[in-house]
Amino acid sequence: MATDAATAAGRGTVRRLAGSLHRRPRLRLTLLLTAPLLWLAVLYLGSLAVLFVSAFWTTNSFTSQVVKVWSTDNFHELLTTPVFREVILRSVVVALAVTALCVVIAFPVAFYTARVAKPRWRPLLVVAILTPLWASYLVKVYAWRLILSRGGLADWMLAPFGLSGPGFGLPATVLTLTYLWLPYMILPIHTALAQLPAGLLDASADLGARAERTFCSVVLPTVLPSVAAGSVFTFSLSLGDYITVQIVGGKTQLIGNLVYSNIDLNLPMAAALGTVPVVVIVLYLLAIRRTGALNSL
Amino acid sequence: MHLSRTARIALRVGAGLGFAVIYVPLLLVLVNSLSPDRSASWPPPGLTGHWWSVAVHNSGARQALWVSVKAGLGATAIALVLGTLIAFAVARHRFFGRDTVSFVVVLPIALPGIVTGIALNSAFSTVLQPLGVGLGLFTVVIGHATFCIVVVFNNVVARLRRTTASYEEAAMDLGASSFRAFADVTFPLVRSALLAGALLAFALSFDEIVVTTFTAGPGIETLPIWIFDNMTRPQQAPVVNVVAAVLVLLSVLPIYVAQRLSGDTATSSRV
Repeated sequence: MATDAATAAGRGTVRRLAGSLHRRPRLRLTLLLTAPLLWLAVLYLGSLAVLFVSAFWTTNSFTSQVVKVWSTDNFHELLTTPVFREVILRSVVVALAVTALCVVIAFPVAFYTARVAKPRWRPLLVVAILTPLWASYLVKVYAWRLILSRGGLADWMLAPFGLSGPGFGLPATVLTLTYLWLPYMILPIHTALAQLPAGLLDASADLGARAERTFCSVVLPTVLPSVAAGSVFTFSLSLGDYITVQIVGGKTQLIGNLVYSNIDLNLPMAAALGTVPVVVIVLYLLAIRRTGALNSL
Repeated sequence: MHLSRTARIALRVGAGLGFAVIYVPLLLVLVNSLSPDRSASWPPPGLTGHWWSVAVHNSGARQALWVSVKAGLGATAIALVLGTLIAFAVARHRFFGRDTVSFVVVLPIALPGIVTGIALNSAFSTVLQPLGVGLGLFTVVIGHATFCIVVVFNNVVARLRRTTASYEEAAMDLGASSFRAFADVTFPLVRSALLAGALLAFALSFDEIVVTTFTAGPGIETLPIWIFDNMTRPQQAPVVNVVAAVLVLLSVLPIYVAQRLSGDTATSSRV
């Protein structure tokens, strides 16, 4: 009897608590948001803010101690040192090349999976595009290390033509990054093409347009926002990468490598270098926003 | 669009080549793990299962796998709680700065990993060092959880937007307390989205290398870090090959589970 009363009383308390929470949506919201915002705003944004502030500090070149005096020396050095400028330019060119290659490879694949393949095969083909996304990043880079190594698959395939593979270096980096981010480009293009109403294409044909004309005036404009959406992934993921370059890039350096090599000796410089990809990505996003691609992300 | 015969054939060939480019490297990893040779020369001189049995007993790889699993489970647990809380706040409440919250959630995965990595690293060393606490497994978990929140959030918020709050209201009209309504009505509705989000979060954490590099304490080695460290050592090549092959085989698993769960949520939002 006593335990029954206790559970009844307990139930009453729970009900009262539930009731008072229900009547106070502000309190509910506060309870929902406190923990996540402490985590994201204080821990994460806080450390990011400190990092960006430290980009304006300097390092004593004798003691490697950080000197907490405000100066723009790091950014000045960044923009005037030829090596830094060269590496930044190279990174942006690599990211753009990867994006372009992804579009070129993704388009026929997406066109096939969305409009040419038999409808009952299409879901399976989408799974076939998605599966490699789950394979480990590092394993995929390692696969390309195997392919491009001396006497590897690339050499073997090109040997009959009297050629050899590109080996490790800048081309290998571009190839591997293209491979890594390709599904991020295929999927949005596939979705856009699959949603293209067939009536639109028929109307274009009825009005006398040939396939090429329909492609340029109907298909391309509708798919362009998706290409832009995909390019956000291919571009920003390439720009921030430094592991792939270490594995297949030979002596090639990208921004990420510069950041990495500065961390221990000169953290403020590393922080300043780290702002470069962030700024470039933000500029890229602003440019892309005009196409309306960000709404379809 | 009526494509000519040649255009159709060209597209078939193009798509075939595209799929070949996607799958040949993964197949190569599988075949290479069976090669008796230490080098990656093609074609392999023969096939053997010897290295698989060697790899099973490799203590470094096994320890790294265990660390990865622990880090993944920890990060997933935290991400599940925090991601779900934000999803409910954003989907069921209107408040000042709601768009900013959704933006901040995405930020850890949108910024380059190295930026997130060094930011967390310097924050940990300034806060923890004075307390006499060093980096360890728990800092890896904190780092991973930070970028795993977004996948849980994405899955749960998508589900909440598709289900109206009127089911809960109906339950409460029938006399259920709001806790009871949550347990009996809301939770079953979002359960599969939670599972999908957890799966994605674990996969994301299991695969992460950059943030791990900067948040792991001495002696804490996850599987990706182990692979990266041993990749260039010819001595370890056969074992690395086997570990890589196992990871390729495992990547089929999440797709299978996600398809069983619900075709819509898990597969569509890897990011």
